[in-house]
Formats: sequence, structure tokens, C-alpha cells
Amino acid sequence: MGIPLNAYLLVGAILFSLGTLGVLIRRSVLVIFISVELMLQGVNLTFVAYSAFLEDMAGSMFAVISLTVAAAEAAVGLAILVALSRRVTEFYVDRLDSLKW
Amino acid sequence: MTDQLIAFTYLSIVATVAGVGTISLRSPVHCALSLVIVVFHVAGMFVLLGNGFLAAIQVIVYAGAIVVLFLFTMMLLDLRRHEQERTVHRRQIWLAIPIAILLFVEIGTIAVTKPEISEGIKGSFSPATISDLGGSAQALATVLFNEYLLPFEVASVLLLAAAVGAMVLARNPDEDALASVPDMIQDASGLADGDGGQEAESVEAPSAPSRDG
Amino acid sequence: MVSVPWIIPLLPLMAFLINGAFGPRYLKKATGYIASAGILGAFIATVALWADGVGPDTPDHILYRWVTSGSFEIEIGFILDPLTVIMLLVVTGVSFLVHVYSIGYMAADESIARFFTWLPLFVFSMIMLVLSNNFLSLYMFWEMVGVCSYLLIGFWHQRRSASNAAVKAFLVNRVGDFGFAFAIILIFWNFNSLNYSEVFAAAPDKSTELMLVIALLLFVGAMGKSAQFPLHIWLPDAMEGPTPVSALIHAATMVTAGVYMVARMRPIFEMSAEALLIVGGVGAFTALFAASIGLAQTDIKRVLAYSTVSQLGLMFLALGAGAYTFAIFHLATHAFFKALLFLGSGSVIHAMRDEQEMTQFGGLWRRMKWTYFTFLLGGLALSGVFPFAGFWSKDEVLGSAFFKGVAPGGDWPFTVFWTMGLIAALFTAIYTFRMIILTFHGRPRNAELHSHAHESPAVMVAPLVVLAVGAVVLGAVVGFPPEDGFIHGYLSAIPGIVHFEGAGDLTAVISLAVISTAIAAIGIVTAYAIYSRRQPSPEAVAALAPGVYKVLYRKYYIDEIVNFGIVGVTKGIGLILWAIDAKIVDGIVNLTGWIVRSISTVTRRLQTGQVQNYLFLVTAGAVVSVGAFVIFG
Repeated sequence: MGIPLNAYLLVGAILFSLGTLGVLIRRSVLVIFISVELMLQGVNLTFVAYSAFLEDMAGSMFAVISLTVAAAEAAVGLAILVALSRRVTEFYVDRLDSLKW
Repeated sequence: MTDQLIAFTYLSIVATVAGVGTISLRSPVHCALSLVIVVFHVAGMFVLLGNGFLAAIQVIVYAGAIVVLFLFTMMLLDLRRHEQERTVHRRQIWLAIPIAILLFVEIGTIAVTKPEISEGIKGSFSPATISDLGGSAQALATVLFNEYLLPFEVASVLLLAAAVGAMVLARNPDEDALASVPDMIQDASGLADGDGGQEAESVEAPSAPSRDG
Repeated sequence: MVSVPWIIPLLPLMAFLINGAFGPRYLKKATGYIASAGILGAFIATVALWADGVGPDTPDHILYRWVTSGSFEIEIGFILDPLTVIMLLVVTGVSFLVHVYSIGYMAADESIARFFTWLPLFVFSMIMLVLSNNFLSLYMFWEMVGVCSYLLIGFWHQRRSASNAAVKAFLVNRVGDFGFAFAIILIFWNFNSLNYSEVFAAAPDKSTELMLVIALLLFVGAMGKSAQFPLHIWLPDAMEGPTPVSALIHAATMVTAGVYMVARMRPIFEMSAEALLIVGGVGAFTALFAASIGLAQTDIKRVLAYSTVSQLGLMFLALGAGAYTFAIFHLATHAFFKALLFLGSGSVIHAMRDEQEMTQFGGLWRRMKWTYFTFLLGGLALSGVFPFAGFWSKDEVLGSAFFKGVAPGGDWPFTVFWTMGLIAALFTAIYTFRMIILTFHGRPRNAELHSHAHESPAVMVAPLVVLAVGAVVLGAVVGFPPEDGFIHGYLSAIPGIVHFEGAGDLTAVISLAVISTAIAAIGIVTAYAIYSRRQPSPEAVAALAPGVYKVLYRKYYIDEIVNFGIVGVTKGIGLILWAIDAKIVDGIVNLTGWIVRSISTVTRRLQTGQVQNYLFLVTAGAVVSVGAFVIFG
């Protein structure tokens, strides 16, 4: 295994930070969701890389669980999105500010 | 060695570029497709790390299920109506970019400097052991169904709850047949303890219009 | 022991519960019979208790332990001794007659069920007050008596004056109760017990000063309840209640509580000669003061009210002189003839269509013979004419004061008090017969009302007759021979109730009796001379001495003094405090609110309601914590 762990972690960090940036700057709920998935990709990569380098299956285990969570989150989140778009026909988060005050 | 290096270089560059595309492309469909590219290349890295099984799962679940779900949702929503909208939160972008860069610098610092794997803290699943077991799928299964059985079951319940929740949330209450489930149960019980179908019908008749009004 | 003491309070309580629960809807007029039956049952049970021979050594009857806290215990228990039995006989007996009378008096009132709900509760509270064997339950039922009086005085709450009178009675009583509560706290503080027997047993060991303070505070409570100067002002206003309630308050269930309490607490009062002197002084002054006011009042019930205040003063005079037996004796006889007079006046008022002014009465005796004769007997008893009940007891009360004053080692001020009592007795005779003459004799001053006057129904007259018999013979039956009659022997069995020391001096006793009879005679003749010859109206008499009359009529301006002096000052202080509260305290509170609001006008802009702003803050927090990890970890 010639590639050092640090390289994988760095790629994970890049993906995670890009995802964060996407969550923070994009207005569309859909794209924000996609960005969250991107963050999860970064995390998953970190998990699996550690799992391989530590020679321990716990990391892979967590990657599996995290996949599960991602799937569940996407399902529920998109269902909320559909329900929301039916009610307010709006999926730009900066216009959804009824939480104010 | 060099094969791996070349592969890794390719995978990481494409994943990064696709990641940038995911967050910067205008159309949500393009974003989702970029995410698929990221997913594929991360899966490739999983293969590089010797975890073929997880790579397969990654492709199946992400590319096959989640992204397809995204695309379905986009199909349900009328996206063309929003084509003229700005895609970026303009007031926040000047704060968000520095903070994201700062975050990257921090995590990157940790990623580059901290990890030092000594032999002492390594676990029992060396590549040799994994190949003895028959591959990463077997290795993961050994752990999953022994040590992590409970989290596995909890995760399955989570998925079930998500499936039910998604259905409940996304249904249209006005035209959904599911809204009449309580009435159906009532009718069924009326059939069960009534003497015959006629009485049950007489029970059913007044209850039917009440739920519409 | 054959009788069961808990029956006595239980029956009135049951009458209260039944009438309260079912009265307004189902029982209506039947409530009167239920209440009367309950009180009658209590009276019979009391007689049974008496027949059982309750002695001074009868142990307390414990119902249950109420509070147990460490070594401190409070029981709901009954104290059973001759004093209790006498009080119970008076309370239940007179109350029963009042209840029967009320059936007739209240028959036309639509709230009769409510009336007969509170009336038994009133009696129940008084019974429990008398039976209590510790200070806490005494205080509790003391307050309950106050609450019931409030409810009954304000019974016709539609009338502004009635609800005002109720509030006044309640508030003035509260002043007294304040002292009482303080006394109880002091007792608990110093004796670590609230049980009578334990406190009384320990009383001689305490310092005289402490006992003086406790006794005076207790006496303040008694002053409130028993309407002694200057806390007497509520009692005349209590006339706003229905007349049977007045009778009950004046004769049986309320004002006697103070006298009873002082008599009960005699081991405490005995510890301090000063306390006794003050009790006697206040009593004598009140007796004279109230009797003089009674001379000028024209409202028949008001005359009787001041008469009660005056008679209560005499009782306290006897208590102050240490003659508890005489005080209780006078309490008992007074209960009879005062109830009689009140019920008789109620009968008159009933006949005169709720008119209470004596200036509208006159010549009624032909139309209401039963009422007239019973009323006359009550008046004779009140005036202390031989051989009516009042003579025996009043004579002994005055005698006790006299002997206390002249006896070797006695207190000379009691001679003064005795003189004041004598003058009060003279006034009593005058106003009593003024009242009788103005009401029943002479020409009718209001022909229209007079023509409608009629005798009251039998249910109202019968109690009058019974009470009249009591007013005539009770004194002679239980009080003869003087100072050695049944009641004296019965009560003197209680250790500490002294048999009075002057009893042996026969000449003095007889001469005192002659003096008081003479005074009563002078009073009656005076009243006759002023009011009967040529039948002058009260206004004409008033014109003879307008200044004096005005002062008396206005009750020495006590109400005005209280209004301007106490109520006004309190209101002024209240206004100042209100201003401080409104301007400064509220200002501080408002300032705090204003500061918070000003800050939040700025800070609430953070709450944009936009998810991404929040997410940004979350990220910033993550950056800070990860940064801390990078730098320091």
C-alpha cells in the first residue's frame, strides 16, 4: 500500500469542506441535500481509509451505518421537500423564514 | 506502486473537480450527476484501500438509490419555473467561503500532520487475514453479524421508519386513499361483530360522507 | 360514660352538609327543620353529657392525632369539664330556639336554604370552639366562627350596607385575631405545646411579664370577638344580618366566645394581676360607654346591640375581678334574655314590615300581646329587676367588682369600676324601658304600619315563650342562693375557679342587692317619666339636651374617628406606598424590561429565520472547536 493515509484523509477533507461550502452558499434545498451527501462522501472515505490502515473492520462498519443513515435521510428529506413544495411551492431556503423571532 | 499512485492521483483529482462541480453547477440535475461522479471515484478509492465490498455498496446505494431518488424528486418538482433564480446565497457567500477555507485548512492540517499508525494499535484484520476469510465482504460480515448485530438491527429499523415516514410525509392528504384507513378499520370491525353484512352497510353509509365534509 | 361527646358537634355539621348539598335544589323550606333537628340533637346530647356527671377530672376526649411532629403533637380533642358543659348547654339550647324561630322568620326568604346552611355551621363552629382542648383548634374554630358571622351578617348581600357590615365585622375581628394569633405563637414559643392542660400546668413557672404579654394578647382576641371597646364597632353594624342571626351572635355563638376564652385561659390571666386589672377596666369602661350610647339610639336593634356590648363589658368586669363563675353565670342568663329581646324585636320588625326605627313604632302591645309580654319580661331581666334572671347574675358581677375593690389586698380601681358598672346598670334600665315604651306603649306614631301589625306565627312565638320562662326563672333556679347556687357549685368544682371571698358578708351582699334593685327601679321610673307622660316623641326628648344627645346618637363619633383616624391614615399611607410602588418599584421593573427590549431589538436580528444563517453559525462553531483542537490538542 504505497499511498499514505494522509493522502486519503486530505481528499476526505477536501470533499467535506466542499460539501460544507455547498450547504452554506446554495439556495436550492435540493442542492443543499446533494451537498450534504458530498460531505458524507468525505466522511465515508475517511472511515474506510482508517479502517484499512488500522486493519480494523470497525471503520468499514461505520461506513455501512453512515450509508444507511444517508439513505434514510435522503428519503425523509426528499419526502419533506415534496410535501413542502406542495404547500408553499417554494424551495429556496432564504425565502423560508417563518422561524423568525 | 506507480499503478496505485497513478490511480489515486486520477481518482482524487476527478473526485475533487466533480465535488466542485456538485456545489457550483447551476442545474440541480447537473449537481446530482456530478455527485454520481464523486461517488464512483470515491468507490474507486475504496477499491484501492482493499475494500471492494464497500465500494460495491457505495455504488449501488448512492448512485443506484440515493441519486436516483434525487432525480425522481426533481422530476416531481417543476424546476423550469426556477431557472431564472440565482443559485447562490449572495449575502452569505463572502462569509461562507472564508469559513469553509478555514475549515479545510484545519481539517487538512489534522489530516496531514496527525495520523501516525503504529503497529501496536492495529486491529486483527490485516490484508492477509481478509484474504484468508475470502475477501472484504466476508470480513465485514464477520464483524457485522457478531460484534455489531444490534447497531445493524437498529439501522434496519431506521430504514423502515424512514420508508414509512417518507410515505406519510409525501402523500397528498386530499386525494390519498390512505386517509380512509380508520374508516376501513371501523367497517371491518362492524363486519366482524355484526350479525350480517346488512347491518354493516347501514353503519358504513353515514360514516362515508362525514370524512369528506 | 354513656354519652358520646362527638355527637354534639356532629349533628349540626351533618345538618350543614345536608342542607348545603341538597338544600337549594331539593329541600328548600325543609332545611329549617333539618337544621333545628340537628341542633336539638346536639342539645339533647349535651344534656346527656351533663347528666353523665362531667367533673373537672374528666379526661380529654381525643378524636384523633392531627399533627405529629417530633415531640410536638396536636390532637383534635374535646375538653370536658363543667365550664364546657355550661357553655354547650347555653349554645345549643339558645341556638335551637333561634333555629325554630328562624323557620318562621325566614319563611318568605327565597335564600332560606342558604340561611339554614350557614346557621348550623355557625353553631358547629362555636361548639367546636368550646370543646377544643388545644390552642390551635381553638384558633381554627375561632376563625370559623368569624367566617360564619361574615356569611350571615352579609346574608342579604344584595344590600350594600349588609355586605359592608359583614366586611367590617370581619376586618375588626381580624384586628383581634391578630393579637390572638400572636399570643398562640408566643405560647408555642415558650411552652412548646399547644395543649391546654400542658400549658396551664407549666404557666406558674414562667415569668410574670411573659404571662402579662400573653394574657393581654389573648385579651385583644377576646376584645375583637366579644366587642369590647375599641373593637366594639362591628357589633352594632352586624344588625344588617337577619334578626335571628343577630340573636345568635349576641346570645350564643359569637360574642360569648371571648368571655369563654378568657374564662378558659384563667390560669394564664391569674398569673398577672395587671392583666386582670386591664380586663376589668376595659370591661367596666365598655359597659358604661355602650350603655350611654344605647340611651340615644332610635333603631331598636341598635339599642339591643349596644346593650349587648355593655353587658359583655360587665362580664369582662367580673372576669377581671377573678369571678369567673359570675361571668359565666351572667353569660348564661344574658344569653337567654338577650336572645329573647332580639327575637322579640325581630317579631316586631317582622310585623312592621322590616321597619326598625322606634320613631315609627308605638302602641303595639295591643296587637302583639305575646311578643309584648315576653319582651317585657326580657326587659325586666335585662334591667336587673328582682327576681328575674338578670338580677341574680348582674348583682353578683357588680358585687364581685365591689369586693375586689374593697377587700384587703384587693385592687382599689375595682371600686371605680364598680361605680361605672352601677351607672351602666342605671342606663341599662333607662334605655331598656325607653325601648319598651317607645315600641309598645303610647299612641301609634305610624298609623299605616300600625294598622297592618299582627302577631307573629306560633313557630316564632313559641321560642319567645320558652326564652321568657328562662329569662324569668333561670337566674333563681341556677343562681339561688346567691353565690352558692347550682351554677356556682358546679363551676367551682374546676380547680382554680375561686369561690368568691366576699360571699360570707351577708349585710354587704344584701345591701348591694338593694342598691342594684333600687338603681333598676330608678332607671325604669326615669324612662317612664321621660317617655310615657304626655308621650313626647324621641325628637322632643333629644331637644332637651341637644349636644349630649348628638354625641350619644353618633356613638361618641367612634366610627368617624376610626374612619378618619385609622382608615384615613391607612388609606393615606397606602396612597404613598402605592405611589412608591407605581413610580419607583414599577419603574425599576419597567426599566429592566426596557433594557432587555432595547438589547433584543439589536440581538433579535440574529434570529433571521433562515436556516443557512443558523448553519453558518454551526459551522463557525465547528471551525472554532476544531481550530482549538488543532492549536492546543
